[in-house]
Amino acid sequence: MSITEIIGGILLIIGSTFLFLGGLGIFRMPDVFNRLQAGTKATTLGGMSLVLGVGFLEPTWIWKSLIIIIFIAYSNPISSHALARATYRRGHYPYIKSKDKENMDAYQEVVPHTKEKEDKV
Amino acid sequence: MQSLTFNQKLGRFILNWILLMLVWLMFTSTFFWQEVVVGAFVSMLLSLASISIFTCCDLSILRPDRIFWMIWYFFVFIKALIVANFDVARRVISPSLPINPGIVKFKTKLTTNYSKMVLANSITLTPGTLSVDVVGDTFYIHWIDVETTDPEEAFKIIAEPFEKILLKIF
Repeated sequence: MSITEIIGGILLIIGSTFLFLGGLGIFRMPDVFNRLQAGTKATTLGGMSLVLGVGFLEPTWIWKSLIIIIFIAYSNPISSHALARATYRRGHYPYIKSKDKENMDAYQEVVPHTKEKEDKV
Repeated sequence: MQSLTFNQKLGRFILNWILLMLVWLMFTSTFFWQEVVVGAFVSMLLSLASISIFTCCDLSILRPDRIFWMIWYFFVFIKALIVANFDVARRVISPSLPINPGIVKFKTKLTTNYSKMVLANSITLTPGTLSVDVVGDTFYIHWIDVETTDPEEAFKIIAEPFEKILLKIF
């Protein structure tokens, strides 16, 4: 067991833990937007540390894994933004917990609501 | 699509060439001369083809102070990303599911499209926020735990630490 193997193994454990938490978040959250929140953040850091861990375990791949990390950091937020925007424009409005329902959704000044209330999943 | 002078085009072309060459060298992970020659040729063709599409800025982005702020931004971003993950983990694990979601808006001082994209992407990966849309200079942010619906306050909490640095880079 060299030091790089230990670091790689630890990174793999961290990455898979966060990926698991992201999956649990997608299962537990009440609507699309909250699920996207959990899914995006957890899969970004989880995927990054998984790929970096693989790079540490197999030292000739470290530069390739760094490139993959940069691509993950670029593409993950963009895809989640596109999903959230398309979801809202399709007519699925965010779940709002507080009493003040009018002020909590600033985006309806751009896309007026066409249905009465938000979807319950 | 804005029209560019020849000098701007040349600067963008060289910057793009350098970046693509770096990607090529990282992918092949070798300095063997045949690989390097082929990579230089292919990346030159690619950057010629994509001058007006994929480039953000010309060579002035490589000034030392801007490079310093980019590296600083990287560290701020990584810290925010790790905090965001522990935040999500805390919310997901706790049995009562402590969320109070809503969409807030704020205005930004950034002007170029590229810097707005970087800011929106950073906001998505920081604690509890997800950028839904950017209309002109207004950001619409889904916030998992809304602390305030006032645009100024929301701007201070969500975007100010990033925007300070981005204004120095772009």
